[in-house]
Amino acid sequence: MNNQGRPTSPTALNAVAPHTVSGSKALDQAVKLIFEVGDLETTGIDLPEPKGGKSRLGANARQGTIGLPGLSEPETMRHYVRLSQKNYAIDLGVYPLGSCTMKHNPRLNEKVARMPGFADVHPLQPISTVQGALELMSELSHWLMTLCNMPAVALTPKAGAHGELCGMMAIRARLDADGQTQRRRVLVPESAHGTNPATAVQCGFTVDEIPASGDGRVNLDALKEKIASDPDTVAGIMLTNPNTCGLFERDIIEIADLIHAAGGYFYCDGANFNALVGRVRPGDLGVDAMHINLHKTFSTPHGGGGPGSGPTVLSDALKDYAPVPYVVETKEGYDLVEAVDSDSFGRMCAFHGQMGMYTRALTYMMSHGSDGLRQATEDAVLNANYVQASLSDVMTPAFGGVCMHEALFDDRFLKDTGVETLDFAKAMIDEGYHPMTMYFPLVVHGAMLIEPTESESKQELDRFIGSMRHLAEKAKAGETEMFKQAPVYAPMRRLDETQAARKPVLRWSEPEDGKLAAE
Amino acid sequence: MRYLPLTDSDRAQMLDVVGVSSIDDLFQDVPKSARLSDLVDLPKHQSEQAVERHMGKLSAKSVSAGSVPFFCGAGAYRHHIPATVDHLIQRSEFLTAYTPYQPEVSQGTLMTLFEFQSQVAALTGMDVANASMYDGSTACAEAVVMAKRVTRKTKAVLAPGLHPHYAAATQTLASTLNIQINERDCRPGRDDHMIDHIDDDTACVVVQSPNVFGEIIDLRPIAEKAHAHKALLIAVFTEPVALAAITPPGEQGADIVVGEGQGIGVGLNFGGPHVGLFACTQKLVRQMPGRVCGETVDANGERGFVLTLSTREQHIRREKATSNICTNSGLCALAFTIHMTLLGEAGITRLAALNHEAACDLADRLSAIDGVELVNDTFFNEFTLKLSKPAAEVVDALAEKNILGGVPLTRIQPDGDAHLLLVCATETNHTDDFAAFETALKEVLS
Repeated sequence: MNNQGRPTSPTALNAVAPHTVSGSKALDQAVKLIFEVGDLETTGIDLPEPKGGKSRLGANARQGTIGLPGLSEPETMRHYVRLSQKNYAIDLGVYPLGSCTMKHNPRLNEKVARMPGFADVHPLQPISTVQGALELMSELSHWLMTLCNMPAVALTPKAGAHGELCGMMAIRARLDADGQTQRRRVLVPESAHGTNPATAVQCGFTVDEIPASGDGRVNLDALKEKIASDPDTVAGIMLTNPNTCGLFERDIIEIADLIHAAGGYFYCDGANFNALVGRVRPGDLGVDAMHINLHKTFSTPHGGGGPGSGPTVLSDALKDYAPVPYVVETKEGYDLVEAVDSDSFGRMCAFHGQMGMYTRALTYMMSHGSDGLRQATEDAVLNANYVQASLSDVMTPAFGGVCMHEALFDDRFLKDTGVETLDFAKAMIDEGYHPMTMYFPLVVHGAMLIEPTESESKQELDRFIGSMRHLAEKAKAGETEMFKQAPVYAPMRRLDETQAARKPVLRWSEPEDGKLAAE
Repeated sequence: MRYLPLTDSDRAQMLDVVGVSSIDDLFQDVPKSARLSDLVDLPKHQSEQAVERHMGKLSAKSVSAGSVPFFCGAGAYRHHIPATVDHLIQRSEFLTAYTPYQPEVSQGTLMTLFEFQSQVAALTGMDVANASMYDGSTACAEAVVMAKRVTRKTKAVLAPGLHPHYAAATQTLASTLNIQINERDCRPGRDDHMIDHIDDDTACVVVQSPNVFGEIIDLRPIAEKAHAHKALLIAVFTEPVALAAITPPGEQGADIVVGEGQGIGVGLNFGGPHVGLFACTQKLVRQMPGRVCGETVDANGERGFVLTLSTREQHIRREKATSNICTNSGLCALAFTIHMTLLGEAGITRLAALNHEAACDLADRLSAIDGVELVNDTFFNEFTLKLSKPAAEVVDALAEKNILGGVPLTRIQPDGDAHLLLVCATETNHTDDFAAFETALKEVLS
């Protein structure tokens, strides 16, 4: 349309947000559930008419409808595009969720993952027809083992917590093989991520918590006491490094020695491996098992909550207990060991793990190379320290000194303001940022854990720092109401989580006066 | 390096602000003996073009399913996925978002999860579903652990027709939790006999339908016996499209339904990522593992969605959590939801009919060959053949002829009957594929 001659010229109005009949607000479109807009007749896929031969389904052929609404293709496209626009995303802005590592997701990785030799191969095709896929797994293993200086890696775990399970199962299998069945006590620092104690229990261990010291690290004396109290029951330790406070555990080698001397094994939670890649190798720290979150450190997309991938590197002591299947190289090419042999602790999932994540992670690693990976680590650590240093006069860093890849603040700077960590986080949304991780780790009051990652430019960080300083000053100036109301610019205001949990509504159901596909 | 925005002068300025003289100072807490001064022994960075070339070569070394007549199932199924699905899941807002911890800026993910849960509940005939698990096998294992929690009993009875990998994944998780699992005789036609294993110590019975051999199992008598002994019926499926054709497990007395959702919206991916589906009765909802999305209102009274019932989960309950699961399979759940929305009732019903028709056609053609016997009385889109030669040899010989002709039972159950071949047909198979398979199988068996 030609709109020449009708230029807009903004006039100053006392802008009052008008009520809209549609419920939409310009680009922010109102969306109903598919169950409210679709019906049982509409489909967005053209399929040929079945010929209608004799059924071999037997007595259990389905009677009656399922209740699945359909939409045409343009309606489907619009529905999900509208929904997508209600999400914050890394591609939109700073997403400083501590411990989650929201870094850039290169699109080359997506392209490679969709190559037919990776995406369109069946897990049970003859081995001779999947040589390229197995070679990729073997290459990925080589990169991971080299970066970790560890002799083996189990690729199959499907997420970080699944990797924890893998490592702890391997430890248990080794203990059992050695007749050490009384070793069932796992030491877990109180700052640990919740998956650590949950995993230990899922593997049949009991959890013994180690308190933190004043500087945010494992209290070495307390650890020694815990071990000494009953050394024969120690199965191992689960320790995150850098820990959940974003700090490197200075005594880590001594901790590993203590655990080994007591007859236990060292499980390292590798959630924060992105602070170490190319600069520190877990194998040099005495680690026996560590999972690597490919979706954090090696940038496979988080996808709104998975799929993840948690390959687990294993030491010489544990490698024989690795789960099946695993890739081996033979004279004829690559092969898969799928049957449980004598020492393997078993199988963790139906097939060979997360191939789609392997392709993305290896693509990411090869793109960076040894030099780029090390630089990425350094930039991630530098960015976090830059944020910490730039905010330390208006906010309160939880601990002194330099941090690794994430900066941890507590809520002392909000004392007596009436503003809480939650309010502060919600106000960040109005400033155009995704909030940092809040109230974790538990060892710090009102924790705010900021992980900028290496993907942020200095310019973007300066803008972020400017917003954070502004908010901290507003809070101190007593503008509590602004924080309590926040967010006001997001697609939704604060949601009532208490009501959601009290009377859970977990699926759509027909309203009493209406019916799906009534027309 | 193209992914790193900082310039050297940025770095110098920033080090200044931090108050250190070099990047090494930021690694001062690392014990000296563990500090790497040199690069690790791996290749240096490469251009996008160079990496793509390398990966393209690797990809070309495998035979992709779409390039040959293809008949593998046994837990992963090849269906046509509309282009719309892959386009939408690659939108930045879905692809590069985290778990929706901040609901005000995550309604896109949360609302699709609510739709996903509603679709899964409808398809399985259950009251509620969670926001997905890693895959069908891990969902199965978690269901058995859940049954122990609910019943406070420790014996799990796994049906002979349960996919052997599902049984193995369950065994792994059960082994450390003192859950006893029965010996299984993984043969066709045995699932009815499992009723004899159910007694008062039984926490759950795990039955797959269609089972790994493709047989459709009547769950009702098993449910009855299980409930009489205060045990739960866990119904399993590996092909979600089948549920559009058969009576849903929820109508047959299942307490928990778990399965693989890959067949809708997600490619084969050499076995992962896939998407585990997990549904149960309302009564058991607070014992369910994994993330759950629920409806609520915001400060303006507008309907919105949040992650809920988190008091079951590891980040709140730590060692008392229902599971250690944290990440699930969000993006694959989204793909499932979009594909299912495109299909709708009309589409999924027709898709199921086409799959069944294809399998019937193929079964008739193959079982007419000398040395081939159809084992199944009932099936949906996969069935089992008993061959006159060992199935593994036959499959290898077919692969030589560029036909991916199914999965030998021994591939997934090494001590199983070596002559059994599991064959699957879907809407992606053309009549020419059937003819090629038929001819090749005749030659191989003659």
